[in-house]
Amino acid sequence: MKNPQTAQQKQYQQRVNEKMPRSNVLSQCLRAFVSGGIICCIGQAVRAWGQGPLGLSEENLAAFTAMVMVFLGATLTGLGVYDKIGTWAGAGSIVPITGFANSVVSPAMEFKREGFVMGVGAKLFSIAGPVLVYGISASILVGLVTCLLK
Amino acid sequence: MLDYLCAFVIGGGICVIGQLLISLTRLTPARILVIFVTAGVFLTALGLYEPLVEFAGAGATVPLTGFGYSLATGAMEGAMENGVIGAFTGGITATAGGVSAAILFGYINALIFTPKAKK
Repeated sequence: MKNPQTAQQKQYQQRVNEKMPRSNVLSQCLRAFVSGGIICCIGQAVRAWGQGPLGLSEENLAAFTAMVMVFLGATLTGLGVYDKIGTWAGAGSIVPITGFANSVVSPAMEFKREGFVMGVGAKLFSIAGPVLVYGISASILVGLVTCLLK
Repeated sequence: MLDYLCAFVIGGGICVIGQLLISLTRLTPARILVIFVTAGVFLTALGLYEPLVEFAGAGATVPLTGFGYSLATGAMEGAMENGVIGAFTGGITATAGGVSAAILFGYINALIFTPKAKK
C-alpha cells in the first residue's frame, strides 16, 4: 500500500534525487571485479592447500574450501573488518560465500540484545534463511526432474 | 599460476554481474544472494555451470552461484543413486559443510563480538 504523496513530500523526493551522489557504475564494477577476484584467489589458495598438504578427496575439497571461506568471512565480520572491505568492494564482498557468512553474522550480532533465542538464534537466518529456502527448494526440484528423466 | 588468473577473472566477472544488478536495479543484497544461488542451481541443471567450474575452479565455486552448483550437483547425484529420496537429501548433503560452518562460526562470532559503532 502506497500513501499518496503530498506536494511537500514530492518536492523533498525531488531534492533527494538531485542531491544523491551519482555513483559511478563503472568504478563500482571495477572495484567489485578486483575485490571479488581477490576473494576467489584466496579460495583457490585454500583449495590448493586442501589438495596438496592435506590430501583431501575431491568431494571433501569443496566442503573444506566452503568451510574455511565461511570461517574467514564470519570472523572478519565479527572483528568489524569485513564491513570496511564492503564499503569499498560493493558486490565484490556480497557475492562470494564470505558475503553469505557476513549476512549470517551481522544481523545476529546486531540483535543480540533481543535475547539468545529470538535475537541471535533467529537473526542468524534473516538473510541466510531465504537463500537456503530458495536454493534448497530449487535443488529438490532439479533432483526430482532428474528422477523423471533418468 | 594460471589457475589463479582464471579464478580471478571468472570470480571477479561474477561479482561484476552482481554489482550491475545492485547499481542499475537497486536490488537489495539479500535478493542478490537469493538470485545468485537459484541461478547457480538452474545453470548447473542445464549443464552450463560445470564447464565454468572446470575452467575457473574457486573462481566459480566461491561466489554464491557455486553454492547453487553444489546444491544442484548433490541433488542430481542423489537422484541418480537413490531416486526421489536422493533428490531430497542430495542437495543439503553436498553443502552440509558450508551451512554447518556458517551456523557455528556465525553463532560464535555473534556471541563474542558486538557491532562496531558506525559514524
